[in-house]
Amino acid sequence: MKVQLFVDGQARLATLGSNLAAALAGQPGRCSVSGQPRAALCGMGVCFECRVTIDGQPHQRACQRVVYEGMEVEREL
Amino acid sequence: MSSELHTDIAIIGAGPAGMAAAVAACAQGAHVTLVDDNPRPGGQIWRGGPSQAPASASGTFRQLADSQARLLSGFRVAAVPAPGQLLLEDPHRAQVLRYGKLIIASGARERLLPFPGWTLPGVTGAGGLQALVKGGLDVRDQHIVLAGTGPLLLASAATLRAAGAQVLLIAEQAPWSQLARFGWALKAYPAKLAQAASLAWQLGGVPYHHASHVLAALGQIRLEGVQLQLGARTLTLPCDWLGVGYGLLPNTELLRALHCQINQGAAEVDSLMQTSQTGIYAAGEATGIGGVDKALLEGRIAGLAATGAIAAAQALAPRRKRQLAFAALLDKHFALQPAITQLAQADTLVCRCEDVSHASLQQFDNWREAKLQTRCGMGACQGRICGAACESLYGWQSSGDRPPLLPTRLGSLLEPTLAKANPT
Repeated sequence: MKVQLFVDGQARLATLGSNLAAALAGQPGRCSVSGQPRAALCGMGVCFECRVTIDGQPHQRACQRVVYEGMEVEREL
Repeated sequence: MSSELHTDIAIIGAGPAGMAAAVAACAQGAHVTLVDDNPRPGGQIWRGGPSQAPASASGTFRQLADSQARLLSGFRVAAVPAPGQLLLEDPHRAQVLRYGKLIIASGARERLLPFPGWTLPGVTGAGGLQALVKGGLDVRDQHIVLAGTGPLLLASAATLRAAGAQVLLIAEQAPWSQLARFGWALKAYPAKLAQAASLAWQLGGVPYHHASHVLAALGQIRLEGVQLQLGARTLTLPCDWLGVGYGLLPNTELLRALHCQINQGAAEVDSLMQTSQTGIYAAGEATGIGGVDKALLEGRIAGLAATGAIAAAQALAPRRKRQLAFAALLDKHFALQPAITQLAQADTLVCRCEDVSHASLQQFDNWREAKLQTRCGMGACQGRICGAACESLYGWQSSGDRPPLLPTRLGSLLEPTLAKANPT
């Protein structure tokens, strides 16, 4: 089973039940304070490297959020 | 909108320890609320839920589902507004939870240490990569290198292989002499030995290098390869993912916020799992890294003790001694080699939130001074990653935590005041 989500407006499919960091598959979700691309590091909600904007809410940890139909993700690049 | 929840026993963390505590406390007739930051119960070890967890876990999942425990998944503890209260926050709202007794089963995180290139996307913790795969990351036919130390490397490799990845090699920093002694000592723990044998079998032909470590992650905007020290030689390998973790560290932020005594990085507890604060218990990795069997047992003891079933709790104490002895073995045989703390180059970032380099930190004598001058440890993770790195690299002790425990919305911090004004 797949769900459709939107990353920076682009539709993509992800497996139902998976978390967003897994669905982003190592693509950066944000840039660091000096402009380096960053992606999930700890995978368990500790490091905050994978944060993105979800449905308009900023600073959400992608690794702690399960994907759902229509989820809108904005990366902070 | 404002609301307050009440419960007899609040349990923080729904991993094996928290689940066992909830089941035991519910069986005593207590009203139990189980709070967890993750989307689902199971903790990190059973992160994928009952369908992915080993058969031995299914009993605990079933018992929890059958219990009357109220489960608050996706909630983190933001602050301690007053004694007997916790401020919880999820992505949408904040909530005050009032409790009679508290069991902290906050688990552990990986010790992640800096090396050149470790900030590249594609570099993760070793357990971190396992967690991502349990969360649905597709690693089929991906080339993966694992490095660091401890049994978690083997467990992670087994998960990755089962998900279709090609694990190119495992680099374990401990020398052969230490590993051999660990293997020998395992003989006293037949269940652990069986687990190790099963992992070894699942790993088939994956090369396992001892006295070996990662030197650098290579790539421009994403990981492309890794440079490794394998014994006396160096090797460069192209790879898609690199998982590096140097063992586990107890999560003690909430314990420290509640002024519970911490000893060698873990909660100090008595034989009934009570911390130095009356009515506050700790269980599982938070009391010292020892694995799932120790966590389940300690959770049960804490759940019984917190609900007054003292004799039943005490009866389990001898079994705990054995688990603690195993925990001590892990500590001793996977101790870090000096080379591991010397991998960072001058321009390697140590604090990834504020992009603070090794060179700019080396000039300071302590954490507080470094923090004031460089903002090291003052970013979103609040020192959860660089705190351990600075301790390993420079010997600095954390200068103490300040509320809130995690980045928190301003509106959430108003919640205790609002709850007081509009009691439900």
